[in-house]
Amino acid sequence: MAYAAGVDVGSTQTKAIILDEERRIVGRSLMMTGANVVRAAQESFDQALADSGLREEEVEYVVGTGYGRYKVTFGNTQVTEISCHGRGAVHMFPATRTVIDMGGQDTKAISVAANGEIVDFCMNDKCAAGTGRFLGAASSALDIPLDQLGATAMRGERPVKISTTCTVFAESEVLSWLGKGKKIEDVLLGVHQSIGARSVGLLRRVGVTDQVTFTGGVARNPAMIAALESRLDLKLNVSEESHFMGAIGAALFALDRILASRIPVAEALTGTEGKEATA
Amino acid sequence: METPKTGNSPLVNPHASPLANPLANPLVGRANRDGAQLFRDWFSTLGEAAERGQGGAYVFVMGSLAELLRTFDFPIVFPEINSLQTAVRHLAHDYLNEAEDFGYSPDICGYVKADFATQMRGGQLPMGRIPKPALAVYTNACNTYIKWAEIWERMYETPIFTLDVPGTRSAGRVTGPGHVDFENDRKYVGGQIAELITLCERVSGQRFDIDRLREALGHANTMNRCWKRVLELNRSRPALFNALTDGTIYLGVANGLRGDAKGAAYFTDLVEEMEYKAAHGIGTLTAEEYRLLFVGVPCYPIFRRFNELFTEWGGTFVNSTYLWFASGGSNLGFEYDLSRPLESLAEGMLLAVRDAMDSMFFSPAILERMIADYAADGVVFHPIKSCRTVSTGLADSRRSLLSKVDTATLFIESDHMDRRVVSEAQLKNRIDAFFEGLATRKRQSVIAAGVAGAATPQSAPTSSNPATAGA
Repeated sequence: MAYAAGVDVGSTQTKAIILDEERRIVGRSLMMTGANVVRAAQESFDQALADSGLREEEVEYVVGTGYGRYKVTFGNTQVTEISCHGRGAVHMFPATRTVIDMGGQDTKAISVAANGEIVDFCMNDKCAAGTGRFLGAASSALDIPLDQLGATAMRGERPVKISTTCTVFAESEVLSWLGKGKKIEDVLLGVHQSIGARSVGLLRRVGVTDQVTFTGGVARNPAMIAALESRLDLKLNVSEESHFMGAIGAALFALDRILASRIPVAEALTGTEGKEATA
Repeated sequence: METPKTGNSPLVNPHASPLANPLANPLVGRANRDGAQLFRDWFSTLGEAAERGQGGAYVFVMGSLAELLRTFDFPIVFPEINSLQTAVRHLAHDYLNEAEDFGYSPDICGYVKADFATQMRGGQLPMGRIPKPALAVYTNACNTYIKWAEIWERMYETPIFTLDVPGTRSAGRVTGPGHVDFENDRKYVGGQIAELITLCERVSGQRFDIDRLREALGHANTMNRCWKRVLELNRSRPALFNALTDGTIYLGVANGLRGDAKGAAYFTDLVEEMEYKAAHGIGTLTAEEYRLLFVGVPCYPIFRRFNELFTEWGGTFVNSTYLWFASGGSNLGFEYDLSRPLESLAEGMLLAVRDAMDSMFFSPAILERMIADYAADGVVFHPIKSCRTVSTGLADSRRSLLSKVDTATLFIESDHMDRRVVSEAQLKNRIDAFFEGLATRKRQSVIAAGVAGAATPQSAPTSSNPATAGA
């Protein structure tokens, strides 16, 4: 049995996934990236190995992804998180043609082909508005843990209008609404809807299809799912593994390399490689 | 001569000329060396003019009229080129900060702000000192030109002259000589040129000399003819020059020495070099994997690194809309009729400036043609934050292009001057993803070709070199 790993070193968290050649997840880890990116990558991989019960030499190929992908010093190659999220989303939901990935400091809208190939993409530019960081600012201003923001917002009934597009100014705007007597739930609902509107703008740039998959850490937030679904007027594909989608995509690319190395050149040229290697 | 490093594939086409080492020919790389020297010489003459207190003719790349202004012995100053030089030398932020301290907004064109700071420094630039403006001449190709010149007018009471060039009426409705609209437009431009000549006589104190104009137009004819040929030659595979880096050097000479004998000689030499490289299959320093088109203005604050983000993947820019619109339409290869210089100058200005505007505003049709002509694998759109003239509409142009052709595109934003809005990490992420997509496309086309090749006999390889094709 062959094993492949993907290590996604994000701006906030580092994720690692180990797949067997049947594409089953056999090990995983999740940790804060922190200041030492090289160590985060290594520790994340070590934890995933421990989770799987495998030894390092049993993992034949490692792909690094995320902003810190070049810091995965033990990796065999690097692939951008754009390609990895696209690949992971199509693996989880084969009908996916559009992906919205919301991470700690960027949001990506990705258009994908049936084989997971990236057709088009766009991202927020040089500004963290409309990303997980925006939620982080609200969490800090309201002193509510990040993982409880969504549930709190879901109790809101009359969302306020968050007008700022700046993450830094968001904190003061949130506080000003509270000062005006608005309920925390309504302020938070407004925050989610504001981020949702900005993200849908990105999605429309690459083209919204009826099969949109939501990936990244923010995809665990029920209020954000609801905000996007309401704005798009469709049901999103959301996996329980959404947080790990980049690492899963990276591990799939790693598995491709292992499988491709076993295929004779003649077969590769007649298309067999494509069939075997594509999830 | 040292052989350039070539990455993992040879620069020299093994099927080309049997010469032992064509790379050793001093022709190779001559244009880049000579271009740099001509630039230094040009700035020396500007410095000398500044020292003796002579004012310069301030002009812009989209319709400089340098052919005419040169006949009055004005030193020709291109503020756009001066400003971008501060960015290439990693000094632009000092100039931008000075202008912003004065009250200019961060959102205003970085070229304008760097020039304003230059004026506040008495014309001092890293390359030397430039003369004050004695006269400013500009077209309506960029609306910022007009506001920019008004600054000099307020600072120095500089006479300013707007040459209003009628643009293409609507997409696809390009008219030519003989058409009633075109003839009306030519008369309109010609009338303005006559007014400009009167102004130049007054400012310079020199009488207009039509024979000197004829001579300058002759040099411009050589340059235009050669520029068009050089761009055509880059259809060769591998590409002979990188449109983003080498091309910008050629562009600088095309602007700075328009209508000058040295500029004409440089471009004659450039054609010779490119034809030699084409005949010997000598490409750029990049091991060419992907042929790309560039749309927009270069990212000068990280000029070299920006290009490396593409060449590291084997991407070479084979053409660029910048080489079209920033050459004032010289790419057309228009040649003035020296028997009727003034009429022909009006016609050339109309055609060239209109084409420069069209290559910004009606780029999809041009790009569609370029993709086919240059066998391009992808198109890179590069809007810049502080230039709305070039950047507005690029997203729409991209969509329009994609509705007509199946090609890979990349849309990345930075700036031509301001390093504060240039994020290398973000650029790299997007560029890497673009090449991952290109690699997938290439792999699939190889597989498709392999399948097709198994079913049909392979055809003989054909030359993609326009210099040798059909020989």
